Amino acid sequence: MTPTPQRGVGAAVWLLRGVGLLAVLGVLAPILVIVLSWSSEQTDIWQHLIATQLGGLLANTLTLLVGVGISVSVLGIALAWFTVMCDFPGRAWFEWLLMLPMAVPAYVMAFVTLGFFDFGGPLQSFLRANIGQAYGSVDVRSELTVIVVFSLVLYPYVYMLARSAFLSQSSDTIEAARVLGCNGWQAFFRVALPMARPAIIAGVSLALMETLADFGTVAIFNYDTFTTAIYKSWFGFFNLQAAAQLASILLLFVALTLFAERRSRGGRRFVQGARLQHRFRFTVAPFTAWLMTLVCSLVLLLAFLLPVVQLVSWAVAAGSAQLDRRFFELLEHSLSLAGLAALITVALALVLAFNRRQKSRLSAIFGSAQLGYALPGSVLAVGIMLSFTYIDNQFLIPLQRLFGMTPAPVLVGSLLTLLAAYWIRFLAVASGPLESGLERIRPSLPEAARTLGASGGALVWRIYLPMLRPGLLTAAVLVFVDVMKEMPATLLLRPYGWDTLAVRIYEMTSEGQWQLAALPALALVAAGLIPVIISIRQSRH
Amino acid sequence: MMFRIAARLVTILIAVGLAACGRNTPPADSATGPELVVYSSRIEQLIKPIFDDFTKETGIRIRYVTDEAGPLLARMRAEGENSPADMLITVDAGNLWQAAELGVLAPIESATLKANVPPALRDEQGRWYGVSIRARTIVYASDRVKPEELSTYEDLASEQWSGRLCLRTAKKVYNQSLVASLIVALGKERAEEVVSGWVDNLAVAPFSSDNKVIEAIDAGQCDVGLVNTYYLARMLADDPSLAIGLFWANQQGEGAAGRGVHVNISGAGVTKASKHKAEAQRLLEWMSGPAAQFDFASLNQEYPVNDATEPSALIQQWGSFSADTMPIGEAGRLQGEAIKMMDRVGYR
Repeated sequence: MTPTPQRGVGAAVWLLRGVGLLAVLGVLAPILVIVLSWSSEQTDIWQHLIATQLGGLLANTLTLLVGVGISVSVLGIALAWFTVMCDFPGRAWFEWLLMLPMAVPAYVMAFVTLGFFDFGGPLQSFLRANIGQAYGSVDVRSELTVIVVFSLVLYPYVYMLARSAFLSQSSDTIEAARVLGCNGWQAFFRVALPMARPAIIAGVSLALMETLADFGTVAIFNYDTFTTAIYKSWFGFFNLQAAAQLASILLLFVALTLFAERRSRGGRRFVQGARLQHRFRFTVAPFTAWLMTLVCSLVLLLAFLLPVVQLVSWAVAAGSAQLDRRFFELLEHSLSLAGLAALITVALALVLAFNRRQKSRLSAIFGSAQLGYALPGSVLAVGIMLSFTYIDNQFLIPLQRLFGMTPAPVLVGSLLTLLAAYWIRFLAVASGPLESGLERIRPSLPEAARTLGASGGALVWRIYLPMLRPGLLTAAVLVFVDVMKEMPATLLLRPYGWDTLAVRIYEMTSEGQWQLAALPALALVAAGLIPVIISIRQSRH
Repeated sequence: MMFRIAARLVTILIAVGLAACGRNTPPADSATGPELVVYSSRIEQLIKPIFDDFTKETGIRIRYVTDEAGPLLARMRAEGENSPADMLITVDAGNLWQAAELGVLAPIESATLKANVPPALRDEQGRWYGVSIRARTIVYASDRVKPEELSTYEDLASEQWSGRLCLRTAKKVYNQSLVASLIVALGKERAEEVVSGWVDNLAVAPFSSDNKVIEAIDAGQCDVGLVNTYYLARMLADDPSLAIGLFWANQQGEGAAGRGVHVNISGAGVTKASKHKAEAQRLLEWMSGPAAQFDFASLNQEYPVNDATEPSALIQQWGSFSADTMPIGEAGRLQGEAIKMMDRVGYR
């Protein structure tokens, strides 16, 4: 028995499918461009890479993935479980404070960490001056630091998704587990955790994809990963073909992982219970409770307070001259781009999610819309640029000529293309919370609504959307913040004059002037806080 | 409730979006005279004042996008003859050489440019011209190193600097060009020995920026390093008490040892696709002239290409230097080879 009968909703379904396919096409076009790079041979570069670096790069990348994967899972799940299910001092505060670090871009976290903890930074200088030469002579640019930096900025993905999963799990289930003799730990490992698994896996895979595709953060530590080879081929050897070939290997790896993850989830689905209003928490021993408070404070200190304080002190040192009209223009651009992109991306992700729920043969195709997130930003940006220029050159410019207009690129350098780049890149981010939200809606609910005569639009509007509200908000917040932080596509595809805060940060850090990047970085963090706070307030009612 | 909020949010955002689109719609070309489009990998802060002066003087307006050279070049190539770009500004001869190789730049014949830009700092065919000089040389901790101990880039590979050298990452094009200049001056084998010696002498793993190299020397992590002079000038402008000295490498000696300091350029070229070549050429000529040269020199503490312009007062304290006369385009030609060499000896 399928939950969605095909009759009566024909036109709507086809519209849904049409929009969905269009969105998928948008994602696949640049990816196709990148995969097509295999049409030419780049033996020279490949031989060189294999002979010198590739092995080490792969080992580094793998270490990073394993390290980040483990630590974001542990941090995200533990913190979510603490704040949702346990009573400890400051719980209500930490519940939302712990989301704040996600407003800190990874590259900002990296340069702040290095600025503060490195050999020449204030901490080690202080130790050398006051305690002894031997105590402040550590080169912190190690594997471990890179993993810690990534984990501190990426754990909120897991935390937010796990938290909303734990929140929407009915207390009944946990209570039932308790009645059946489970203690708190058993209830967690045997009931709550397996039920939250789709959400957690969605969060962890977002974090891992971001790690895999990152270049800016690892570059600050001069830590070489697979993306280093991509950028070396492109910026060093000026060989975009070889860079695209390397990038497509990255893509294949991610596609396989996503596929395996979906297979392992199989047909199982976990639906939420009926009673949401009742909420119970474990009471924990005072010592344990204070330990939880300590852990939460430590994470918050390292992931949010320290970077913000360091940024503020740099910004103050750099003076107020930067706070000119131009600065507010940048801020306005960042906000409006992120807002528009969040709306469009969430809408499209919703369309795709409904499409996949239809369980038609097309659902694998709709799933491929997630791949945009797995590519390094610059490579995806070039793929998008190439495919849109193709449309410009092949169709729109001949059309302009036909009508006697001066030929000029229409799409590349337009707002539309930049927005397209954003949703192509961030559909995966929006899909995670939406799909895990959708999965937890028990099929009997829409079925009951159907029996009561609701169909099509009414079903979506009155059942799905209200029930998906937490998921929708999470998705919108994630995309908003990600777009604000996004750099390579914004740089390459922005219309003239549409400079954003991220562009300013790039310009300053590219000249090594991190202090001057502090104010825009701080503004980015502050602006990223707005949607986080809105979503927190919303999730309270 | 939620939908009312959502609806209002949508309305506001669409209004903002539309207003923003409307505001940025470019005015028609013919009504206000030509307008140049510049793709630049020099950042806004370093080009806008120069553009503003140019517009004031000539009435020709300029729009620009900034990005790294790689993506900008890819975009110019893809746009082909339809590219709106009239000019490419970028740093490092390697990037300029590559742009010329890819055929996106047009040759420009100009007596003014020939007079203002020395032959070693421009393309033989006139496809690109240097607009500012960046010297990459040795800096040292002035309390731990005597300038007499220093001599050449090659010498930094010798035993005496073991565990005392700091370098920026090999991924930065400045170092790739420097190594390319070693290949030209010393031949491949000797150059590889030198670079390998540098790596053996490193005090710590290479840094991600020149600033970090200077900071590391200041903090006592190492004693000598190789940086572009303007990074030090900027830091000295903020903190004149910094105990970092600057040494002009390869000034004395016979042959390769006395070839002079490795210099690189930031430069510009007119694009093949430009529909306003005359105006673009005018901009290029203007950038090599005294007003713009002064701006280039003072905005970023670089050296002017035009001898008629003095460097900024701050960097005049380092005195004058003789520069390596290797045609700067060679650095572009040998960039790939330099990277492979650095990879082979484990210079990250």
